[in-house]
Amino acid sequence: MSDVLTTAARASLLNCHTCHRLSMARRLSVGCHAVCSRCGAVLHYRKPNSLARTWALTLAAYILYIPANLLPIMTVISYGEGAPDTIMSGVKHLIEAEMYPIALLVFFASIIVPMAKLITVTCLLISVQKKSRWRPKDRTVLYRVTEGIGRWSMLDIFMIAILAALVKLGSIATIEPGAGAISFAAVVIITMFAAMSFDPRLIWDAMEEKR
Amino acid sequence: MHMVSTHSLIACHDCDLLHRKHSLREGERATCSRCGAVLYQKKPDSLERTLILALTNLILFVLANVFPFMSFQLQGREQVTLLISGGIELFHQGFWQLAFLVIAVGVFFPLLKILGTLYVLIPLKFNRKIWRAQEVFRLVGALTPWAMMEVFMLGVIVAYVKLIDLATIVLGISLFSFAALIVVVALADSALDAEEVWERMESAQ
Ligand SMILES: [Zn+2]
Repeated sequence: MSDVLTTAARASLLNCHTCHRLSMARRLSVGCHAVCSRCGAVLHYRKPNSLARTWALTLAAYILYIPANLLPIMTVISYGEGAPDTIMSGVKHLIEAEMYPIALLVFFASIIVPMAKLITVTCLLISVQKKSRWRPKDRTVLYRVTEGIGRWSMLDIFMIAILAALVKLGSIATIEPGAGAISFAAVVIITMFAAMSFDPRLIWDAMEEKR
Repeated sequence: MHMVSTHSLIACHDCDLLHRKHSLREGERATCSRCGAVLYQKKPDSLERTLILALTNLILFVLANVFPFMSFQLQGREQVTLLISGGIELFHQGFWQLAFLVIAVGVFFPLLKILGTLYVLIPLKFNRKIWRAQEVFRLVGALTPWAMMEVFMLGVIVAYVKLIDLATIVLGISLFSFAALIVVVALADSALDAEEVWERMESAQ
């Protein structure tokens, strides 16, 4: 006999997001919600308002992406003269200093990852809304990678904090964070929430419907 | 279908497909037949190993926070920093949002995760369920993506490379403790079998 049965939703089973215990769906009175008997988390068939939430967070991240890249993320002040750095110019300095591996690392974490994440989440949202049947397994893997990789973009924020604490030599040299760093941190956090609020099971629901 | 107990079934968290649970041998894992996600796995001596690793983490965390992290020497002046100094400096410069964020994801959430794990697992080792164990263990799970020590470390490496030609950078005991902490946290995360913890919690008093 095959191990494959059907989906949990079709069998009226709710899969707990937190502890993965299955619960039988029951009729509830208005204003009540079902709670997992094992861990106490609130139960849903799918993450609540997944598409609307993910869209809202993704659009907010797109908007913040602009100041994050245009405004300076930090300024090195040396003998009274300030040299503001954006994310891009920070990478450029590393290339000019011939620190290629680190330049590549920062370029990947700060420029490629946030952009790829925004584009991927947008494509996933559109594919789910169009009830696409295209390569559901690959789209699920893409989602898993996107969800896992986002946190690495915090690299630049940590770097600024460490530089600011170390380089405090009064008039000789100081390092100040810039407004771009706040926007950039917001982009990283908001895209993390966006990825978390997307429910990959929606990809597979389209496959079920047309079966 | 309805004859089957729901406890003998598991649904894939990524594609919702139902599977029958089989008992696994130690070190084995079951994956979803449709999307390839890991459904469950059996980890050897999960509870004991996670406990020992979490206790080690607590010690390393203390070391990482009390000793100097890095110091910066230029033209006869020296600036010594602690692990938390970056966040505090952001606060002093008026960037309180970034300060909260850096301290939360770099220091506070990792600590909360270690303490939460110990709070749940120590009583569970003696088959006892402590007050609000479920809530605390749910919190530990929810904090995992927000505890970013390894990303912090990468930030340290980039900052170090940027400054190395300009000044003398001295690496402190804290930095090495912090590096060890990252490794042991990763080991503790991979040793933890959440399913086993939930099961034990259900059967404990
Ligand atoms: Zn699956």
